[in-house]
Amino acid sequence: MSEKMRTYKAHPMSLLFSIITKIAVIITIAIFFFIVGYVIIRGVPYLTPSLFEWEYNTENASMMPAIITTFEMVGIALLIAAPLGVFCAIYLVEYAKKGNKLVKWIRLTTETLSGIPSIIYGLFGNMFFVIFLQWRLSLLAGACTLAIMVLPLIIRSTEEALKSVDDSFREGSYGLGAGKLRTIFVIVLPPAMSGILSGIILAVGRIVGETAALIYTAGTVAKIPGLFESGRTLALHMYVLSNEGLHMNEASATAVVLLVTVLLLNALASLVAKKLSKGEK
Amino acid sequence: MAIKFDIKNADLFYGDFQALKNINLEIRDKEITAFIGPSGCGKSTLLKSLNRMNDLIEGCKITGSFKLDGVDIYKDIEITELRKRVGMVFQKPNLFPMSIYDNIAYGPRTHGIKKKAQLDEIVETSLRQASIWDECKDRLKKSALGTSGGQQQRLCIARALAVKPEIILMDEPTSALDPISTIKIEELCQQIKNDYTIVIVTHNMQQATRISDKTAFFLHGEIVEFDTTEKIFSAPSEQRTLDYITGRFG
Amino acid sequence: MIITDIENKGTAGAAAAIKPKKFNLHRLGESVMGVVFFLSACVSIIAVVLICAFMFVRGCPTIAEIGVADFLLGTEWRPLNSTPSFGIFPMIIGSIYVTAGAIIVGVPIGLLTAVFMAKFCPRKLYKWLMPPINLLAGIPSIVYGFFGMIVIVPIIRNVFGGDGRGNSILTASILLGIMILPTIVGMSQSAMKAVPESYYEGALALGATHERAVCTVIIPAARSGILASVILAIGRAIGETMAIIMIAGNQPRLPDSILDGVRTLTANIVLEMSYATGLHYDALIATGVVLFVFILLINLLFNAITSKKER
Repeated sequence: MSEKMRTYKAHPMSLLFSIITKIAVIITIAIFFFIVGYVIIRGVPYLTPSLFEWEYNTENASMMPAIITTFEMVGIALLIAAPLGVFCAIYLVEYAKKGNKLVKWIRLTTETLSGIPSIIYGLFGNMFFVIFLQWRLSLLAGACTLAIMVLPLIIRSTEEALKSVDDSFREGSYGLGAGKLRTIFVIVLPPAMSGILSGIILAVGRIVGETAALIYTAGTVAKIPGLFESGRTLALHMYVLSNEGLHMNEASATAVVLLVTVLLLNALASLVAKKLSKGEK
Repeated sequence: MAIKFDIKNADLFYGDFQALKNINLEIRDKEITAFIGPSGCGKSTLLKSLNRMNDLIEGCKITGSFKLDGVDIYKDIEITELRKRVGMVFQKPNLFPMSIYDNIAYGPRTHGIKKKAQLDEIVETSLRQASIWDECKDRLKKSALGTSGGQQQRLCIARALAVKPEIILMDEPTSALDPISTIKIEELCQQIKNDYTIVIVTHNMQQATRISDKTAFFLHGEIVEFDTTEKIFSAPSEQRTLDYITGRFG
Repeated sequence: MIITDIENKGTAGAAAAIKPKKFNLHRLGESVMGVVFFLSACVSIIAVVLICAFMFVRGCPTIAEIGVADFLLGTEWRPLNSTPSFGIFPMIIGSIYVTAGAIIVGVPIGLLTAVFMAKFCPRKLYKWLMPPINLLAGIPSIVYGFFGMIVIVPIIRNVFGGDGRGNSILTASILLGIMILPTIVGMSQSAMKAVPESYYEGALALGATHERAVCTVIIPAARSGILASVILAIGRAIGETMAIIMIAGNQPRLPDSILDGVRTLTANIVLEMSYATGLHYDALIATGVVLFVFILLINLLFNAITSKKER
């Protein structure tokens, strides 16, 4: 220790730099805990039973319909995005040849998709699903928009997971005369499952927290919607409440539910992913 | 004895690199044929072309004729059918991350056997043939990855036997194993040679003398000499073979 | 794993090797699923083409109708006037201002944090510090906006006052700066970790202190990764919508100071979509096109930098 101090004495700039980086880390970590802590402490006292009543009205500002809508939204969006994303990754890893032109295009467009901000998805969803396909503001229009939005996330995590499966498993399976499909579904996918799952959980987190892409695709009606009816998810519900300015306390209670859900989903995703890397060893 | 594999004028390229040059070889039924030679001489490459595992490698081009019982394996046999008839055991044991039972039953299930009783029987016979039944009959439902390296390799052999192949290709099956496990595998090869044709790639010349009937010596992608094992190791006709087996290079 | 066509004396290899009939059902399954995988793989291409087509086909004629200069450089946004004017220059400036502000706030803190995480952090501590940083990326933007509205806005209002009454460029910059932290920390620290240890050892062997070695050798060696992280962060900041709406004030005019409220391109779309019709709706799409072009340019730049790094 004293050795270190002597070095720092001779090089005061080094000491300064070391201190500045430490301050930066403390700021970053403190911001996280401050935001989470503040939102929770502010919101928890307003988490009353009336917020979870089955029907929404302006008096109770119940978030129950929004919670159900969120589940519906996640379910439908995943129903579309998960198979597409996983199959796309299977094509990229197991089928495509090296130097395939198409693969280059798929990579480029997937990257582009992941860089597009959610408001652009919202605009596109409004133009395409809502107006062009005449689905109106609806659950389905919102779910399809979100499905495109989370597609790159699922593709990338599945791709990584498939690549991490040892080639010797594939050789073993082919060596026994198994075809491609059997090898993929019976041998390759099971060990890759936790990686794929962690990607899907992250996608759920994105969907739950999304607002900008949904306002003009799924709309803001506070009822439990059918497939072609408008409905608002929890995040959108919170936006409407805080925008109106009349229900700030209910909004802060909603924020707690939203924040905790999303943080748990993200933590779960990295936990599942860690299980994958442990399984490899 | 009948010719099982008949290879004529075979060349193999990985991109621009020629890995096999004008290979001509006859592998006879119910014999153990050993491929020896220094690393990178093409012995594993040739082995892998016998059940078309080279198809998995990008930029691999093969010319010449490979005939199994007179039928060209690159033209007239469906690839999964070929691999069913020509089984393979790899350098490193590559059991799947499932139970021992499911590992052994994977092949038969792949080829359409669904009945439990039939699968049970196949699993038991294959494990017995690979002399590993007694060691694992009580833990068939446990993960196959919990066994030792030597056991894993014998399980891999059992797994290959379970699809009832005619030929078994072994790619340095003992290179990752300890001496005792190696002996067990070698004994196993001797036991099953009455029913199967075996082609084995090995680094270990003693192993070739111990178990094989015929030996082919490879150098730089060519077969320098192919003869009975006895002849190759006692009185080779080529100087390069002599140099190799007496340890002057490689 | 890749299956290659084997060329065998002229006749086609793998695909043509058909003999036994009994596997037909399997083979049918194989080829059907092959096609399914292929089609799924094409979805992202189709999506990008559709998005571009709809944005540009609808947006570009509108820009032409309004007039390129009037639209991009006009300072008046009065869509509902009897003679409406659609100038989005204030919004372009607004987006640029808040993004620049976010970079000024977020990059120094983010970079220094990344340096600590990559090169100063004891392994045991790393396990505890990295998850919160990553979780910052998971917080929904609506929650950030809410937090900004009830915490940062009042602080700014009380400390600085100003025209925006707390809803200002400054507020937006601070909040966006926080929001881009995880992007910058995550990418930069992995770029710094990827620098070969030998560089660092070489610097130490010449008598540099740990800090000096990091500053003079590691950071320069990781610069393309760091730059990429900043570019990605710019993309995030410029595309951010919901958090900005709640705290930036949203006045469509050119700001005079950082305490004035601004409206960004993204905010412009969300605020008026609900009641826009006709040319007004199209003008909002065109606003989206301008934003989209910004994003595509940023993506292009990002790709150029990361692909150069790989080489």
